[in-house]
Amino acid sequence: MIWLTWRQLRGSATMTAAVLVVLATALALTGPELASTYAVGIEACVPDGTCIDFFDRFFAEHDMAFLALTLVVLVVPALVGLFWGAPLVSRELEAGTHLLVWNQSVTRGRWLAVKLGLAGLAAMTAAGVCGLAVTWWSAPLDRSAVPEMAQMAPIVFGARGIAPMGYAAFAFVLGVTVGMLVRRMLPAMALTLVAFAAIQLAVPLLVRPHLMPPVSGTFELGRENLDGIGAPQGGSLQVFLRTSAVPGHPGAWVLSSRLIDRSGRAVSAGDGSSGPSSTIVRAVPVSTTSGPCSPQALTGGGCTAEINRLGYRQQATYHPLERFWPFQWIESGIYGLLTLGLTVFSFWWIRRRLS
Amino acid sequence: MTSVLQAQALGKKYGRRWALRDCTIDIPAGRVVGLVGPNGAGKTTLLKLAAGQLEPTSGAVTVLGGRPGHEPAQLAKVGFVAQGTPVYNTLTVADHLRIGARLNPRWDAPLALERVERLGLARGQQAGRLSGGQRAQLALTLGLAKRPELLILDEPVASLDPLARRAFLQELTQAAAEHALSVLLSSHLVSDLEQICDYVIVLAGSRVQVAGEVGRLLAGHPPLGLEDLVLAYMDGSAVAEVRR
Repeated sequence: MIWLTWRQLRGSATMTAAVLVVLATALALTGPELASTYAVGIEACVPDGTCIDFFDRFFAEHDMAFLALTLVVLVVPALVGLFWGAPLVSRELEAGTHLLVWNQSVTRGRWLAVKLGLAGLAAMTAAGVCGLAVTWWSAPLDRSAVPEMAQMAPIVFGARGIAPMGYAAFAFVLGVTVGMLVRRMLPAMALTLVAFAAIQLAVPLLVRPHLMPPVSGTFELGRENLDGIGAPQGGSLQVFLRTSAVPGHPGAWVLSSRLIDRSGRAVSAGDGSSGPSSTIVRAVPVSTTSGPCSPQALTGGGCTAEINRLGYRQQATYHPLERFWPFQWIESGIYGLLTLGLTVFSFWWIRRRLS
Repeated sequence: MTSVLQAQALGKKYGRRWALRDCTIDIPAGRVVGLVGPNGAGKTTLLKLAAGQLEPTSGAVTVLGGRPGHEPAQLAKVGFVAQGTPVYNTLTVADHLRIGARLNPRWDAPLALERVERLGLARGQQAGRLSGGQRAQLALTLGLAKRPELLILDEPVASLDPLARRAFLQELTQAAAEHALSVLLSSHLVSDLEQICDYVIVLAGSRVQVAGEVGRLLAGHPPLGLEDLVLAYMDGSAVAEVRR
């Protein structure tokens, strides 16, 4: 049975392994250089306090590779579910070969156990190798990324650490189960893709924020959470508040960020002008004709201090970066349980219902 | 006399339609049993139930004293070659023999090799590139070399030319005699079965019309040949007095 499983999987397994070896080699060759560039840059920027500029420059130089690799790790579990999971049973049903193989002297349960075990292990290995290699390679970039691309950011989180292994195991068993229910290969593949994509969107949006109770905090305004202040002619002062960063917690995953006034009420949006997508604009009733926030004085730091003095604060809820590994384990655990549930179901179905 | 297959009020429903209902038969061991009936009569359903590929909706079926398909020991005793003789298109002939060898405790490797050689199946050839007849022969080889006590064949000769058809049926008769093998095969061509069967079951409209030894059936209707008799039973015009 092990031989048959290997015989049927070996083509795609060999190809996957080859691609992974190429990827891992490329990362192993370029990783040390990336790390040393980072180390040199840090050494140079720390004394004169220009590290924010260094981070921006360093990240911008490698952002294409960073994004591409992140995307690869996100896509691998889907591919595994699509090309290994969905056809596993449906291809046999479609070709009628289940009638051949399920009538050798091996029960269906055993057949499925060996298939799920070996192919599932291969799927997890592929995603795990890919995920851990990219995590290692990206470490310097993860430390210099803009808040939207930090390790805890929804897109990046799923492409780091051990989570990809959990996703791959789940996607694989999901594919197998869908294949059993749908019984035809192409519809099973399409349905697996749709279902997996929907789950991968729903988890970061609806589930992950609640894995632990988020921390709330109120912060003074400053360089880390303000993306600028503007004073349009004759209008009120515009404050561009970042929605994905809080001061003192670099790399935190910010769930909500708003501007409140001295009495704790949220400040409204003003005349509807907009800034960069990573900010919200709030109108603060401060004189823009004279004082620290007049056009002449805006270039200095006085205006921010004036807004802080008037009691304006950023109120935010967030998950600090220290929660990265706890979140990785919890989320992998959840996917592990889902995988187990689908596995139990598929064994029950192949014994009782499928013919 | 021991039974190879016993069914009591066996029925199978797909959705709201009964593919087979109220099927009660008792097939003695050591026979070559022909299952005949028009398309859609329930032949495949009965064979799949016997092989353990389907679970009955009602009634029960016992094959060689056990419940079909649930344990390796039971699976090893019953061979099944499905309709259309499915094989793995991307695997070679040798791969298929290896599947048989790896997955069956009583695999008869010399028999499989001899058969494949005799029929001119190149061992390195992918099964998908074989002709329809060759693919059928490969699937039949797997069924025979498994060395079951009961071999179930669903329309096994449908894609064989008349010569290969006759040769295979002869081979089957031989194997039955040599290895005390019971055979249950379906066909809608009575002429195929006439050659080798000593027991016949006629299915029509999801029900068993008649089941019994060919000799006794013919003796009950002196002027009729097997073909006419079977056709008469399919029609429902014959009296089911031989039914048991």
